[in-house]
Amino acid sequence: MEVYLDNSATTRPRDEVIDSMIYMLKSVYGNPSSLHRKGLEAEKEIEKSRTIISKFLGVDSKEIFFTSGGTESNNIAIQGIIKRYAKRGKHIITTKIEHPSVLNIFKYYEDKGFEVTYLNVNEKGIIDLKQLEDSITDKTILVSIMMVNNEIGTVQPIKEIVEIIKKKNKNVKLHVDGVQAFGKIDIQLKNLGVDVFSFSGHKIHGPKGVGGLYIKNGTVLEPIIFGGNQERGLKSGTENTPGIVGLGKAVEIIKNNFEDEKNHILDVKKYFIDKVLEKIDNIKINSYTDDRCAPHIVNISFIGVKGEVLLHYLEEDGIFVSTGSACSSHKKGRSHVLKSIGLKEEEIEGAIRFSFAFYNTKEEIEYAVDRLEKSVRDIRKIMMR
Amino acid sequence: MQRIVSISFGEIALKGLNRSYFEKKLLNQIKRSIKGLGESKVYRDQGKIYVITDDENIERIVEKLKKVFGIVYISPGYRVEKDIEKMIEKAIESVKQTIAHKEVRTFKVQVKRADKKFPIKSMDVARKIGAAILREIKVLKVDVNNPDLLVKVDIRDYCYIYTDKIKGYGGLPVGTNGRALLLLSGGIDSPVAGFMIAKRGVSIDAVHFHSYPFTSERAEEKVKKLAGLLSEYCGNMKLYSVNILPIQREINEKCPEDEMTIISRRFMMRIAERIAEKEGIDALITGESLGQVASQTIKSLNVTNSVVKRPVFRPLIGMDKVEITEIAMDIGTYETSILPYEDCCTVFLPKHPVTRPKLEDIEKSEASLDVENLVEDAIRKMKIIEINFQENAE
Repeated sequence: MEVYLDNSATTRPRDEVIDSMIYMLKSVYGNPSSLHRKGLEAEKEIEKSRTIISKFLGVDSKEIFFTSGGTESNNIAIQGIIKRYAKRGKHIITTKIEHPSVLNIFKYYEDKGFEVTYLNVNEKGIIDLKQLEDSITDKTILVSIMMVNNEIGTVQPIKEIVEIIKKKNKNVKLHVDGVQAFGKIDIQLKNLGVDVFSFSGHKIHGPKGVGGLYIKNGTVLEPIIFGGNQERGLKSGTENTPGIVGLGKAVEIIKNNFEDEKNHILDVKKYFIDKVLEKIDNIKINSYTDDRCAPHIVNISFIGVKGEVLLHYLEEDGIFVSTGSACSSHKKGRSHVLKSIGLKEEEIEGAIRFSFAFYNTKEEIEYAVDRLEKSVRDIRKIMMR
Repeated sequence: MQRIVSISFGEIALKGLNRSYFEKKLLNQIKRSIKGLGESKVYRDQGKIYVITDDENIERIVEKLKKVFGIVYISPGYRVEKDIEKMIEKAIESVKQTIAHKEVRTFKVQVKRADKKFPIKSMDVARKIGAAILREIKVLKVDVNNPDLLVKVDIRDYCYIYTDKIKGYGGLPVGTNGRALLLLSGGIDSPVAGFMIAKRGVSIDAVHFHSYPFTSERAEEKVKKLAGLLSEYCGNMKLYSVNILPIQREINEKCPEDEMTIISRRFMMRIAERIAEKEGIDALITGESLGQVASQTIKSLNVTNSVVKRPVFRPLIGMDKVEITEIAMDIGTYETSILPYEDCCTVFLPKHPVTRPKLEDIEKSEASLDVENLVEDAIRKMKIIEINFQENAE
């Protein structure tokens, strides 16, 4: 049996998504910039996708921009805001548990002389709201906070964060990395009040190499990519039409089945956690188990086990997961997220992320937990000596 | 085709009656190494080997020839008919090309006339060509004692003209000196050890030990890549991939913790020798360097060595890490070696491994293991991977 429980890394594209992309590759292969009919056909398909996504997020279709994925979205957004507003101030804020595609941009600008505040988080990864409030000054131009953490699934209270920021300094722009939240939790961006929001295709059973940005009407970003001015100058380069259409298709299906699929994933995850708790002792659940965690993620430390060894054990049984650290003697491989929530060395070493999808079944979970229990027992036997 | 690479070989020339055998092997190695790099012909002419080809292939061919053992010097140049006017013309062209990418103020023309039937004497040929170069390229002067550039003119069945000479690795052509089995880990040392023994003309196969699932499949991919890089020097090889996790588990359960590494190492040697025996291979090669780690002290080497009968070549035994690293960089294995995938998981590393093991103690500890069955079982389950030189090229 093959059980894929690594849906935060990437997901299997749905058949409908693949079909829509093949259709684009075979028939609607025109360049949207072309003046002839083939170009117009392709442009229409892109606009259809844009509309689907804008409706899903509760925004205007003019506020959606396509990119080549989450990392590029984060770069266009964060660097675009910094470059645009640097003359107002050189203070920027993010958190200690961001994805590298955010953290490394902040480190770069820190080297270039910007003042950076990295917000602390509590033992489950919620940011310190008081610290956020205290650190905002009139020199602050940008706050970037992820909505759902990719390793532990924690959901940040974005609504409260927006209120705090706007109360202290209404000129501060808020960028939200929504890559792990998009399609997993209900997001109505207009109500939420964020300025810029990043999302990706391949985390929601869409294709790789495509993603997007919501940019609130009136927010202006300095472009960081130059060329033929596609996507209104923010993402020059011929549009990835099959990718964009595939992403639109993936969103359309999620939108139509949102509650059902979400509840199913929650069910499966709950079943998994219960089974693990029942069968395996000496573990630590590093994620919240209520709605402060995204429905699809749970992170568990198996004490006395090396995560990577467990990963390879499971892979032999056709079960695929992720670790919080690589099996190496170097400290470099340790997860910065797990460190930031204060886990002990052995808890980080034994941490595994399980992430679920709509097609996972309880039978799969039974099989996976059975193998998990046997593997943990075997590894502990070897390592406890 | 008018570009030529002349290949000189050193040691082979000394091999007396075996010389033609060695030359033939070298010829085969050369043909193998440049296969697929455009149109070319390899031939012998009075004790030298020549590759003739076109302008566009010459650089890539030279790069490949550098990796053929037995070659001492590689000289890319021109082949022309034995006509003094044509010789002058090519000599000038060759000098012009060289001075375009190298600072040259002085030159000397050196002529060898192996074909005594050629009517003009060496000295006169040199004078004519030298004068023509001086006339054509005004910035150059002649210096017969210490020239920046040596223009060599070799008159044989054809006339060959060179202005460049590149050092090869020397050694003996692979395949002229038996076969050996290399214990190939993912580290920096063992590929270098394999390289050095292959340089002595030895054909090489490799054995790799891993502890999957305690190690990653990527570690095996890395070793395959290293074997591929080595195969550019020593030709196609077999890579035996052996999972020693079952053995490590037994040791872990039944033997003292601090003897884990040394006993594992003895198993690796036993398995390697068993493979060598079955495949008719006469020696083993390891990348051990004296005192580098606990299992590489004199006492440890004694203990690991005592389980095998075949000679174990340890070409790095007296070298420092820095020296080994330099060679690894030069032969192109370093970057792959330092990828972070470990071949033997740290789980099994004892905190304080024995550095001065006594053979009796180790043998006593091993008495509780079913050595024969463990070895046979590991060999039965091993994977054999064909490393193909051509697939790895490019």
